[in-house]
Amino acid sequence: MQVVKVPGKDKRHKVFLYALSTCAWCKKTKKFLEDRGIEFEYIDVDRCSKEDVAAIKSELERRGAPMSFPLIIIDDKVEILGFKEDELKEALGV
Amino acid sequence: MTNLDSARRRAESDAKSRGYFLNPDESFLKDLLEGLVENERRYGYPSCPCRIATGEFRLDRDIICPCDYRDADVEEYGACYCALYVRRDVFEGKAPLRPVPERRPAKRQAAAVSYASGAIASESGGSKDKADVDKAEKGNALGGGEPGMKLWYCKQCGYVAFRDEPPYVCPICKAKKEMFGEVKLGLVG
Ligand code: SF4
Ligand SMILES: [Zn+2]
Repeated sequence: MQVVKVPGKDKRHKVFLYALSTCAWCKKTKKFLEDRGIEFEYIDVDRCSKEDVAAIKSELERRGAPMSFPLIIIDDKVEILGFKEDELKEALGV
Repeated sequence: MTNLDSARRRAESDAKSRGYFLNPDESFLKDLLEGLVENERRYGYPSCPCRIATGEFRLDRDIICPCDYRDADVEEYGACYCALYVRRDVFEGKAPLRPVPERRPAKRQAAAVSYASGAIASESGGSKDKADVDKAEKGNALGGGEPGMKLWYCKQCGYVAFRDEPPYVCPICKAKKEMFGEVKLGLVG
């Protein structure tokens, strides 16, 4: 799977982002994290192979999360659907 | 004219015809237009940049920009799901731009994701995935016999549409959903 790691100084949380490369809200989310120096990993689901989409689908089904983007998962437990700045700030403590 | 320019023009004239505006944030707008151009290059039609598409027209039909959900979302939330199209008050900064919840029915979304994951191409006949796609597919085939599909006509201008629900707004005369009636067909004789 083409998971991209974006290094950052702030490593307090494990941040994983499901995104689409064409989606402007997803770009905003990536930029939000980058601007604050938060380390995170992301995957652009529209660039994935069928096999990878299948794996992502079952992972999200397991979590009970919908396949909508951006989906941000923090420390494996907090799920934020959509670019919600306030919720992100609170969950990441920034 | 570049593809980006033509995507922009198309969106501009569409916004104008509806009394909507394009997102005033120039770089955000450019990201969305680029997304549309990229999807058109990939699939042959400009499917929604913020939703997962399959490249199968019958599964993506409802999310080709402007999507079936735009008018209801602009009306209710002040913006379409991607925030490409916005209402006047949002454009003027008098109302906030908030994330718009997904209005696309879960069953259509599930069908698209199943297809994109290859669940259909693989030998999984009879699985839940396959059933999802079959269901979504039937909803599109003219005369496919799905009970949910009906013919609707605009009582104001006579426009006719074949779909599960009447359009939110008549694309011809802008009459509201309530102005649509169902066409009942019967055999004579
Ligand atoms: S949500 Fe907006 S940008 Fe996306 S397809 Fe619908 S109208 Fe187009
Ligand atoms: Zn009409």
